[in-house]
Amino acid sequence: MNFGIIVFPGSNCDHDCFYVIKDVLKQPVRYIWHKETGLDNIDCIIIPGGFSYGDYLRCGAIAKFSPIMASVIDFANRGGIVIGICNGFQILLEVGLLPGAMHRNTGLHFICKYINILTENRDTVFTDICAKDQVLKIPIAHNEGNYYIDERSLRELEDNKRIVFRYCDADGDVSQRSNPNGAVSNIAGIINKRGNVLGMMPHPERSSEGELGSSDGLLIFKSILKACKGLK
Amino acid sequence: MLEAKVYITLKKTVADPQGLTIKHALESLEYKEVKQVRIGKLVILQLDMNDEEEAKKRLDQMCQKLLANSIIEDYTFELAPVN
Repeated sequence: MNFGIIVFPGSNCDHDCFYVIKDVLKQPVRYIWHKETGLDNIDCIIIPGGFSYGDYLRCGAIAKFSPIMASVIDFANRGGIVIGICNGFQILLEVGLLPGAMHRNTGLHFICKYINILTENRDTVFTDICAKDQVLKIPIAHNEGNYYIDERSLRELEDNKRIVFRYCDADGDVSQRSNPNGAVSNIAGIINKRGNVLGMMPHPERSSEGELGSSDGLLIFKSILKACKGLK
Repeated sequence: MLEAKVYITLKKTVADPQGLTIKHALESLEYKEVKQVRIGKLVILQLDMNDEEEAKKRLDQMCQKLLANSIIEDYTFELAPVN
């Protein structure tokens, strides 16, 4: 299975993702510079975290117009698997592949720490090997992770099980206390209607080896791998 | 030549944590009359054109495509001739 990692000026989790795919997951992977437009022989696109274009104007606002993004949208519309992590999630929101928007964390702090997320939907290509209601320990590192969506669209997400991850405590309890950034309904990750595009604020690539304090993030990459093998 | 001042603010329905924090700071400085603070962005553009109507149309497009995110933000702009 071939992974492609999109690199914008200011991406900084691209190498971490590359390492996990190549050395931990043992799969072929290549970087794709944002000025490229071809996505030949790619099965899964990772839009990594970082500060594309310095987060100028709004997170992801300028990356939206990079040449590669038109190809990514086309890839997603044809059913290709896309995962956007942190700034990657913000970019997916800006281009409209996922609904809603991100703004400043309620506490106004950049938060960088391990948090817990509840796997609310394991019937996706991204969570297939997770257990039911599994709590994943995965770090966040962001300043704008305060997810906003209007009430009607939120209901649509809820009704169609498109909320994949919610911030919770170690026991899986989803509450205001376990919400690190003020996100509506503790939302940490959502998928598109078709189920092939996931955006999530936590960093699975930073928690894919036990030495790092958690290997829960690997479940997401392994799920993608399993799903893709099944598709072929 | 025209100069446009584009003001971008969070929609009223979106909580503004920065505004709230500044409101609290002003309160602690005894400015008790402050009932609300909203933070926004100001973008100043110089436009090499003189037709104000056409400029307004193009500014609208710029705001919708890039400058503002219509899901969480509102925008307004002022336009004035400059030398």
